[in-house]
Amino acid sequence: MATLVQAVRLALHYGEEHLGVTDVFGEDVGPPLGGVFTATQGLRTAWNSPLDERGIIGMAMGIAYAGGRPVAEIQFCDYGFNVIDLLKVAGNQYWAGAGQYPLPMVVMTPSGSGIRGSLYHSHSFESWASRLPGWKIVMPSNALDAYGLMLSAIEDPNPVLVLLPKALLRVRGEQRLPGEPDDENELKERIDAPVGEARTTWQPRWPKMEPYFVPIGKASTVREGDACTVISYGRTLPLAVQAADELATELGNRAEVIDLRSIFPYDWKCISQSVSKTGRLLIVNEDTEVTNFGEHLLRRVIEHHFYDLLVRPRLLAGKHVPGIGLNQVYEQNTVPQLRHIKQAMSEVILEQA
Amino acid sequence: MNSDPLTGDDAVAILPTLVYSGRESLPLEQCLTIHRLMVRARVMEERMIKMSKSGLGHFWIGGPGEEAFNVALGLQIRRGQGPRYDYLHLHYRNSALMLALGMPVIESIRQMAMTATDSHSLGRNFVGHFCKREWNVIPVTSVIEVQYAMAPGTALMQKRLPDSEGVTVVLGGEAGTAEGDFASCLIWSTLPGREVPVLIVVTNNGYGISTPACSVHSERHVVDRGIPFGVPGEVVDGNDPIRAWHAVERGLMHCRATRTPFFLEANVSRLFGHSSSSGALRDRTQEDPIERFERILLDEGVDRGHLDQMHEDAHTEVEQAVEQALNEPMPRPEDVERYTYAASRPEIDAVYPDDYTGLPN
Repeated sequence: MATLVQAVRLALHYGEEHLGVTDVFGEDVGPPLGGVFTATQGLRTAWNSPLDERGIIGMAMGIAYAGGRPVAEIQFCDYGFNVIDLLKVAGNQYWAGAGQYPLPMVVMTPSGSGIRGSLYHSHSFESWASRLPGWKIVMPSNALDAYGLMLSAIEDPNPVLVLLPKALLRVRGEQRLPGEPDDENELKERIDAPVGEARTTWQPRWPKMEPYFVPIGKASTVREGDACTVISYGRTLPLAVQAADELATELGNRAEVIDLRSIFPYDWKCISQSVSKTGRLLIVNEDTEVTNFGEHLLRRVIEHHFYDLLVRPRLLAGKHVPGIGLNQVYEQNTVPQLRHIKQAMSEVILEQA
Repeated sequence: MNSDPLTGDDAVAILPTLVYSGRESLPLEQCLTIHRLMVRARVMEERMIKMSKSGLGHFWIGGPGEEAFNVALGLQIRRGQGPRYDYLHLHYRNSALMLALGMPVIESIRQMAMTATDSHSLGRNFVGHFCKREWNVIPVTSVIEVQYAMAPGTALMQKRLPDSEGVTVVLGGEAGTAEGDFASCLIWSTLPGREVPVLIVVTNNGYGISTPACSVHSERHVVDRGIPFGVPGEVVDGNDPIRAWHAVERGLMHCRATRTPFFLEANVSRLFGHSSSSGALRDRTQEDPIERFERILLDEGVDRGHLDQMHEDAHTEVEQAVEQALNEPMPRPEDVERYTYAASRPEIDAVYPDDYTGLPN
């Protein structure tokens, strides 16, 4: 099965060939590297930009104004902070001009912790991004969703931010992408650039991929249950699933785990139905906990389901500290790990109503 | 001379065909066209300042003092939609350029009056913050300099078109060039082998709100900053429409023909300060490009009566526009969310397949 990052690459290839993508660009995105995480290797329209995030976003906007379909990469979301006003402007252009200029642009950026990235390669971005009206923001946690969400991001006529959980980029999916070869070694051989000298003449042999769209704003219920609702996305999603599976064995209580997949718009229907059923809610993400996007979901749940809740709903998030330190003591105790998630989940499940 | 010089009456036969500024010249008829546009822009801006002071608008910012350069530029733009035509990344002092493109006065008045008929922004944006897709006018922002980061993008798409002479024009003031986006524009317009046709314009009025440029900038000319990037350029007296015309013509021709950037720095006046926030009072220490041009035209034999008539006509036109705009509908509460999103499809966006409709439900 393809890894998440291979799925992104295959989606971009499909986008180039069938959805009108004109430019895939950013720092080290073109040859020879094809992206620091290899997301853009072998792509026909990939090119290297100057090391200038503001220039990258401005260029993407200009291309989109003039009829192109750009996919721009910010190498790490930690480097997106110096361009946040341009992201704000990109989000308001359709509104500012009263519907004159749609801005079909995609920005993708690796987000979150999990690769021992220390202070400047571990940050999360979804809470910041959720404050950029006019954007749509998605965050896949597996290869197939990455493929389907990237195609939707490309197809949507609005600016879409694709947050890629960097801890999961090398994780293989459990489901085959439409068009993906059965043999993962064959896929690797066909689309992963070789290292060393061979790379200079290498050309990918793309499999014939098929379209597959995961609608923006559609969550995925990964585990069904009635003991509690767990909402997560990105790096913490598979951990939440693992915790739920372990607790199901240990306690015999099955948690319902929702992969939100879209930060905005989020799937309120899915959240609402699940909370109505379980009366218990845990939200898990790794962004810092003050003014965290999960707090917005809590607000909505409290406003709409106050009388449905059996126990207090809660948010497990990253600590409000300036960074994630390199020594793993820091990372393990700053952002939610399996043990934290399992602990929080069991407390929500076991608390007396 | 009592007759209208544009009518071709015998009485005007004595007028020179060309009006000179140094070695450069323009036909008289063209000068009179430029003059009329400059006057219309000025009268419109002065009326809008009045609107801001009489409660008919909240804030004024605009381009009195920049009319000569803006008209000279606007008249040479290839106007239309899409990359075969010129893209305009403007800032908020380009009303005269828009009038030169053919924008009716009332479009600006409507934005000042915040009406629902404001085609540029539905009563959302400050005056002078134009957006007109049919003429490739990108939405103007108050955020200084961001347009310089975007300009190489539209120019890249233009360069890719075979047999196209469409170019991108980006404008801003000299103060904003301190922002990194200005450097981004130079860098991204000159990627080796991938240079793009951008006319980089800086109108230099010598001030950033209250701060004199000379107190925060050491470069002799802003245009010198193009030198290390190999961007040719020139400094022009932007208060002289004849010189401005030819400088713009050289710049645009360079961009159209070579598909590479050109840098134009135009020294201009700022006749009413930065905006209404600084009082919008007439600054008599600044040179008035209209008065200066009128002295030249009078010296060339143009009748004072004709020039006065232009002012009078402009006043009539602007008053009619104000009267009409003030009787037009205002935005409604339900317009708040409108145009947040362009229409997608349900299989692409399950929540907002059309426009934004409030928080997800």
